[in-house]
Formats: sequence, C-alpha cells, structure tokens
Amino acid sequence: MIIGLDVGGTHTDVVLLDKDGLLREIKVHTDELDLFHTVLSGIEQISRGIKPKAIERLVLSTTLTTNLIVQGINPDFGMIVLSGPGIDPEFFRTHEHYYVIGGALDHRGREVTPVDLGGLKKIVKKLRRADIRHVGVVGKFSSRNPVHELQVRDALKKYFRKIFLGHWISGSLNYPRRIATTFLNASVYPIHKNFFEAVQKTLEKHGLQVPIHILKADGGTMSFEASINYPGQTILSGPAASVMGAIPFSGDQEEALVLDIGGTTTDMAVILKRVPVLEPVGIEIAGFKTLIRALKTRSVGLGGDSVVKIMNGKITIGPERKGHAMAFGGPVPTTTDALCVLNMMPEGDAAKAAAGMKMLADELDRPVVETARAVFEHFCAEVVRHARSLVDDINSKPVYTVYEYWEGRQIKPDKILLLGGPAACFVDQIEKVSGVKTMAVPKCAMANALGAAFARTTCEVSLFADTERGIITAPEENYFEKISSAFTREDAQKKALELLEQKARRSGASRDDLEMDILENQQFNMVRGFSAAGRNIRIKAQVRPGLVSGYQVISEKLSKEMAMMNGARQICSKPDGKQD
Amino acid sequence: MLKARRKTGLIFFPAFDWAIDPTHPEREERLLYTQDQAMEEGLFDIEGLIEFKSQLVLEKDVQRTHFCVPDVSAMMTESHFISAGSAKRIGIAVMEKEIESGFALVRPPGHHAKRVVHGARGFCNVNIEAMMIEYLRFAYGVRKVAIVDTDCHHGDGTQDIYWHDPDTLFISLHQDGRTLYPGTGFPEDMGGPNAAGRTLNIPLPPRTSAEGFLHIIKNVVRPILDEFQPDIVVNSAGQDNHYTDPLTDMNFSAQGYAQLTEILRPDIAVLEGGYSIEGALPYVNLGIILAMAGMDYSKISEPGFDPDKIRQTEQVTRQVERIGETVLKIWKQRDELTEKRRAGKAFEERTNQIYYDTDGIYETQQEKVRICSDCAGALRIDSSSDRGARILAVHIPLHACEKCREIGRQWYDEADPRSYLRVFLQNRPDDEYLTKGLP
Ligand SMILES: [Zn+2]
Ligand SMILES: [Zn+2]
Repeated sequence: MIIGLDVGGTHTDVVLLDKDGLLREIKVHTDELDLFHTVLSGIEQISRGIKPKAIERLVLSTTLTTNLIVQGINPDFGMIVLSGPGIDPEFFRTHEHYYVIGGALDHRGREVTPVDLGGLKKIVKKLRRADIRHVGVVGKFSSRNPVHELQVRDALKKYFRKIFLGHWISGSLNYPRRIATTFLNASVYPIHKNFFEAVQKTLEKHGLQVPIHILKADGGTMSFEASINYPGQTILSGPAASVMGAIPFSGDQEEALVLDIGGTTTDMAVILKRVPVLEPVGIEIAGFKTLIRALKTRSVGLGGDSVVKIMNGKITIGPERKGHAMAFGGPVPTTTDALCVLNMMPEGDAAKAAAGMKMLADELDRPVVETARAVFEHFCAEVVRHARSLVDDINSKPVYTVYEYWEGRQIKPDKILLLGGPAACFVDQIEKVSGVKTMAVPKCAMANALGAAFARTTCEVSLFADTERGIITAPEENYFEKISSAFTREDAQKKALELLEQKARRSGASRDDLEMDILENQQFNMVRGFSAAGRNIRIKAQVRPGLVSGYQVISEKLSKEMAMMNGARQICSKPDGKQD
Repeated sequence: MLKARRKTGLIFFPAFDWAIDPTHPEREERLLYTQDQAMEEGLFDIEGLIEFKSQLVLEKDVQRTHFCVPDVSAMMTESHFISAGSAKRIGIAVMEKEIESGFALVRPPGHHAKRVVHGARGFCNVNIEAMMIEYLRFAYGVRKVAIVDTDCHHGDGTQDIYWHDPDTLFISLHQDGRTLYPGTGFPEDMGGPNAAGRTLNIPLPPRTSAEGFLHIIKNVVRPILDEFQPDIVVNSAGQDNHYTDPLTDMNFSAQGYAQLTEILRPDIAVLEGGYSIEGALPYVNLGIILAMAGMDYSKISEPGFDPDKIRQTEQVTRQVERIGETVLKIWKQRDELTEKRRAGKAFEERTNQIYYDTDGIYETQQEKVRICSDCAGALRIDSSSDRGARILAVHIPLHACEKCREIGRQWYDEADPRSYLRVFLQNRPDDEYLTKGLP
C-alpha cells in the first residue's frame, strides 16, 4: 500500500492506495504553525486499522521549505564564493556573512588561479567569531571541476559542522543560481532535517518503519536520506503534486494543458505524452533564481475567489483576493458568486452571492443573471488567454543548433485537464473558448495527494568528457576518472546511464521505475592549430518524471469513473483557498 | 539585484551543428566556450537582458542585398538563413523599441560577402549585416546608417555593397592589408564617385593594442559618427584583434573591446570573426554584452592577461596617430573629394578582380555607375567567374532619382539573355527583384 500526503494552505489531503485502487481519502486541517502534527495526524488517520507492514511507500509533499523561504531566511550561516574573471561576485551577495576569495577555474575546469588559502584563514576567523556553524562554498565552473570547492572544504572541515558544496546541486552552468541554491539549501537544512527525523521517529514508535519519500518540485520523489544535502529541492512540491495527479488522465500521445483552478490562483502546466514539461534552468522562488529542477508551472492571480470589479465599463478579475466569496461570507463579489447565481454550485448562500452580482450588475446596467454569465465567461476567457501565453512561452524558447531550429516542434495542446473544486463548472465553457477538448480530472480535489502517491523517484546526471585533457567527470556524483583518447560518445552515454541508475537506486527508485532518457548529447571536435586535439563530450541523463509502475489499474478505474461522471454532470464545489 | 541599465537584446545562435569543414576555424566548437561563459555568468537571468529566438530571413531579404549566382538557394545553407535571420530579428527588436540595443552572437559570419555572390569568401557567403540593414530600410524607413567594422580583417564585402551609397557611412578598422587577408582597405579606398568619404578605411599596424584602438575610436570614429548623425549605428563585432587570435597579429584585449563598445554605443552589434575560441571569445563577448547593457565589466579579464606584455611600441602609436589624422582629413574633405571624383563625367567604370578563397573561385567584374548628385546612382555589374558563370546585375538604389531608375530599367531590358547565365534587376524603390535568362 502507498500513502500520499499533500499539505495545502487550508487543508492537507491524504490518500491510501493499493494495487486495486483508492482505498481511503481524507482531509485534515492544515496548521501552518504546526506542520509536524498536521502531517502526523494525516498519516495516523489514514492508516488507522491498517497493518503497518502493509504500507510499503509513504510520499510526503509539504510546504515546510517553501514557507521557510517565503517567510524570510534566518541567515545564521556563512557563504564563501570563489571568484573568477567575469561579473563581479559582489553582485550575488546573499547576506552579511558572504565572502569572496581568490581562486578561478575556466570553462573546461582548468585552474586559472589557485585558491587563496591565506585569505580563507582570515574568513574562517570572522565566521567563527560570529558563531557560525554551517557554511556554503561555491566556485565558478565548479560543475566542471569541483577541485577548488573540495580544497576549501578540506580547509574548513574541522571548524564547521556542515559544509554545503555548490557542485552537489546540479551539472548545469549558472554561478549566480548555484550560489542562490546553495544558500537556500544551507538555510533550510536544519529545519528540514529535524522535521523529517521527528516524523520518522514518531512513525517508528507507532511501528510504521517505512522509508519516507519526499516530493520534489520536478514532480519526482527522493528518499529522506537523499534529501538531506538538497532540502531546497522540496520547495513548491504542491503544484507539482497536482500536475502528477493529472498525468493518468492524459493519453500517451496527447499534449495536455493542466489548469488547477483554486480560490486565489490558477496554476498551469503542460504535459507532453504523459511527461510534464520542466523549467529550462530551475525554479524561481521569493526572488531567488535557483538551479532546482522543477516542472514548468505558471501561477496567475485568477481564482474563484479573486476580486471581480468593473473598470471603465468592463469586467476585470484579480489578481488580488480579499478572502472568501460573498456566498461564503466574503466582502466582495467573485467568480464563485457568479457560479452560485448561475445555479452551477450547490453550496453557498445564494442570496449573498446574488447581492454581490447585483453590485456589479448595477454598475454595468445589466440584469443580475446576465452579469453573472458575463463574469463566468470572462473568467474562462482569461484562463484560456493565460494558458495560451504559457504555451507561446515554451514554444519561443531559443535553440542553438540548425537541427533543433528546423525540427523545432511546436506544442499544440489537444486536451485541457481541469483540477480544483469548481473545475467541473468550467469544462464546457473552457472547451468552447479554447476549441480544445476539455475535461475535469476525477477526484480532482484529491489529485495532488494522488499525484504524490504515484510519483516516481527522479534524478539527473551530467557528465563531461574531455579527451584532450584525458578526463571524465560527473561532479554531482563525485565521479572522476582518467580516459584514453579513444574514449567515445557512446562510452560516455553508457557511463552516464550507469551513474544515473546508481543514483536513482540510492534515492529510493525501484528497478521497475527506471525510465531513463538522454537529455543532452553533444560532441565537439576540439581543433588546436588546424588539427584535431580531442573531443569535448557533454551528456545529460535523467530518470523521466512520471508515475510509478502499477498505477495503471487505479487510473483506469478513475477513468471509468470520469466517463460516468461526464455522462451525468459532475458537481462542482467551492474553490480551495490555497493561501487563506 | 543585477540589472541592465540599458535594455539589451541577445540572440545566441552558435550553430553547434554547422562547420565549413571539421578542422576549419569556422566550426561547431567556435562559440561553445562563449556559451559556457554566458551560461555560467547567468547572463540570461539578468533583468533587462533579453534573449530572443532566432528567425529566418526570406529569399527576398537576400535579393534585396545580393545577386546570388545562379540563385539564392545555391548560396544559402540552413544556417545562413538562421544567422542572417537572427541579425534581422535583433534589428527589428531595436526598431520596435523592445530593446535599446542588441547583439546577434551568431555563426556563420558575413562581412566578406560582396554584392555579387559566386561562392564563399573569407568564411562568408552572404552579408548578414547588410541584409539586416536593407530590411530595416525597407520596413522602417531607416535612411542614414553607420557601420563600424571592428573585425581584424578588412570588411571588404560590406565596403563593396555600400561603395556608392552616400546614406551609409562604412568605417573599417583592421590590420594593415599588406600583412593580412584580404589585402585591401587602404585610406585611399574611400568610396565611389557618388559617395566619396562615406567609406573610411583605417588600417592599423600589426601589434596595435588597446591604446591604439581606443585612440582611433575616441578621436576619429566617435567625432565622425557625431557629425554624420546616423539613424542607427551597426557594429560588425569581429573579435580577431585579440592578442591570442591564431589568424591575426594584433594585441587587443577583452577590457579594450568592452571600452570600445562603450564609446561606440552601437544600436546593433553582429558577431563577425574571432578564432581564439577559448582564450578570447568567452571574455570578449561577455565584455561587449555588459558594456552594451551599461553594466560593470571591470572584473573581466583573460586568464593570464598581462597588459605589459602586449603594450604597443612608440612606433605603433605614431603610426596609429598618423593614420587617424589621414582619415579625419578625408572625412572633412568628403564633399570636395566627391566633386573631384565626378569631374564632369556621366559614368564611372571600374574593373574588379575578386577571389573567393574559401571556394577557390575567380571572378571578374566590369562595373558601371551613373554619376548622380541626386542619388546613389544606377549600377550595372557584368560579372564572370572562372567556372563559366557570367551574369549581368542591375541595381536601382532605394532612393533613386527618376533618371537613374530609367537607366537601370533600360540596362535590364536591353540585356541579351543569351549572353548571360542570368540577368538580374534589383529594383529597390519598388522592392522588385527580377531575373531573366535560361531556366
Ligand atoms: Zn576577421
Ligand atoms: Zn540618380
């Protein structure tokens, strides 16, 4: 059996699945100030009466790290960055305890300037005086060669309790993002570690000795143990959970838009042939641009409870929200109220909703029901407009080779999947406006928890080989070997997949779920003085985000339900106030 | 947070799958380390630095500038369509005010491609700057354009295209032609009889360093640009003046290129040559981009950079100053020189011998231009290659006077298609491009 748990802004959804389908689903109230008890009570309630041994997998998606970062970081740790020629690293200063030291590598990882170990000693003194215990160390081009970061770590080891190194994070190039990501990892590390250790211990006390998996922003999972050095990867797993929950309902040849309509926002993502589209570099959170792999999602201030106003005789919706809809005791008219007036939503106080619509109707000088209809239609049109702009954005991404240019396949969604409480109300209208087949995902209020439960372990490996220098490296994996000049691109691919499999297994993947892709596969002949000097080979491989094997039974069941619901009308409900 | 003071656009199209041949300097690897540096610096995350997706040029964009023998498709590879299209996209972004200035970091380059194209010269088939400029003139009514070519090689292709055009100021800084390909670009080459002094060649002695380049930019180029007052300034931003470049013999640096860009303030820069792909390009390109964006570039330097080692000699300094004075003098006397060149003639004829080093083709041109005080003058080129291709090319300039239009038409109509592989008419005022001849 699998437990999937997703902490939301107002409540936490928990599901229990086995190979025959969804066994239980519950919602518990989220206490943002005590996530520990929220998570524990969710797990306890869902597993009541179940034999602990029967539970083989527990996947958690929490707002823990996201909240920490959004609320502002307590920077009681140090950052040491190695500069090299380029943009002044002062521009990337994260906080007070940020020090730049000499030492530079070039784009192939060759040393240009050695590490200034003398300067480092002085910085250590300052950090110790400030009572600092954790340090992040980031070098420019460390993802090509971590030698400088390792030298600094060795020099710091005996003075600090935990040292985070930039090359752990990603094989991608981006020094400012590497600094920001290391900063975030260092900052959330202690709380992340204490939290999950506490959860694990408490569960063990109750006899539940199941490995904890944590959902990441890329819609994959990692084991708690694997997450310790990269807690930042668990940010914004909520939107990822919903997208994963929608995947079973997109066909394996379909290009689908996922629109999660909440109270405050509508969150959008794209799925291509059951694989979610990822951010090209990494996610941005609270002003930090990071190297954290994440699903490409866009959140717009367009929810069921967003403020509806009349400006210059025209309806506008959002982006702000002022509490609930009037039908649920809120202060201003919203799209949810329009749904009430149009008899599309059974809940809520119809009289209050009508009063809200009347405020708008008076300004427009139109009948109340007609106004509600206009609000509803405008809302759907706006959702579609934003969704189109997301697709345009993905399609306008630059390409760097002639082949990619001419092969540049453009995404053209052929299905829209709606999630969120009121999703069912919007199906017909969104289909009409967009001209794309639209459906509400069954159990869509639980899709996020289902998504967490289904999500597969993912990871990525970057590998560089330089036959002129005779080296092969995968810095994230701490892998370095010498190679001969006969080393080929095929050898490099094989090695990358081998490292990837090891990493995935370490992160908790089961053998059945190792769907691996080569993402990048480039080889350049290096020519020096008009003759070939070697080959520069760059490989990137990933375990593709997706669903664990064996989910098909459940999704087929739910699909049948979906067919039934589309026969009868699905009932829509109050949007979930994600950020109440 | 890091922010560009000037909104700057970039198109990065390294054509990682295109090369002249595997060990040619113009190969896949050329912009690889520039890309690495740009990515590692997080350049595309900087607010106000906008990366655009490359575009394609259309056949008509090529025909507006070139006479391709026998036709456009024979001279353009897929990567030429994209590289030229990228320059065009940056030009459009500037005209549409999406950005204040922009840089097309693209391959393959173009500044050795002349008006008539039988093949590739100096790694170039078509002139991507000229195609961009002529598109902007067509689509946005841009008239006066200044092109400053800072590639180490003489921009002989661009010079050829604008030789007769008084609305285009072409200035080329390059290593003295007596010591480097293509062997041309002396001060006395100052443009045709309708545009004398609008082509300015500034040959610099070998081993000129930042001091010499910046002297010329500050004291010669800048004042001339200020006086010419172009609608746009285009920089053919070749980077082979770098002290580590394997094909040339100059001593310029990344800091120098950044300063040059800051003084020049180009609206549009287009990458040209530069073959020190590891030691120079990553740093020079970064310097140019930061300078264009009005950002701090003081911490950029090449590994092992030592200004003392590449300092120019007293003798070089004196030579540079002398050439600067010569060029300023030509510029100041441009109107008298134009008068003198015309000397009451109705037409001027010249013979051009052109060697296509990349493709090994020889071309001979008989060129005839109408002397005209009202426009750039109708132009007729009778061109034959040693491959047996003879064509006749007639060009009616964009702002042609009635008489020149008439003469151009007449040249085209009178030409006997049996004598040529193709007869072309480039009728710019009507944006009309005709050919006749055997199919
Ligand atoms: Zn050059
Ligand atoms: Zn005329």
